[in-house]
Amino acid sequence: MTLTKADFAEQVFDELGFIKREAHEIVECFLEAIKDWLEQGESVKLSGFGKFTLRDKSGRPGRNPKTGETVPISPRRVVTFKVSPKLKAQLGQAESIHHDPMNINLKGRALRWMN
Amino acid sequence: MPSLISIFQGLNVTKSELIEALAKQQPHLALKDVELAVKCIIEKMNQALSSGERIEIRGFGSFSLHLRPPRLGRNPKTGESVALSKKYVPHFKPGKELRDRVDESSGKYKIID
Repeated sequence: MTLTKADFAEQVFDELGFIKREAHEIVECFLEAIKDWLEQGESVKLSGFGKFTLRDKSGRPGRNPKTGETVPISPRRVVTFKVSPKLKAQLGQAESIHHDPMNINLKGRALRWMN
Repeated sequence: MPSLISIFQGLNVTKSELIEALAKQQPHLALKDVELAVKCIIEKMNQALSSGERIEIRGFGSFSLHLRPPRLGRNPKTGESVALSKKYVPHFKPGKELRDRVDESSGKYKIID
């Protein structure tokens, strides 16, 4: 299953008794605020979850993996996410994680290991 | 005098800044309620990832888990091999809107850490 914005609003509505419109609004504003900060060059730390940081990447020659053609990749700014130690620890003992192949991305290595 | 708790919360500059900014934007909501809402959203995201669910937020990005298979690691101090079990690491892929906005304004703003 995949969670979306509506699920977060639903949780705020269920758990805190916000009216539906307010629950949707607060979720929307929460996300918008994070985007605004990142847009203005500020990293955003949500303790207990993780930190969104920015990185300026220089340009480099890239390759179209389909055609093998060389294409220049221009310099750009990207957002990176670093998980908080708390969530990392939670995931570490997550034997309970279901192996839903739709949800978990397997890298090549992992696939070889599974077979 | 501020309580010990509020001093410690003050260290989480960003979450509290976010809560304050949201409370200013939504004057009809009490600061306490905004704080609870933000914590509720973050808690829900944690729960989702801990139970192996994906999160997909249009315009913002998606969170998924990547599986790291078990491997033999090494204690760098002693050189001894240690068996490490499989683990999951969360991965964030920024959405198109966030990616574009951040990149387009990169000329205007310096990165502040």
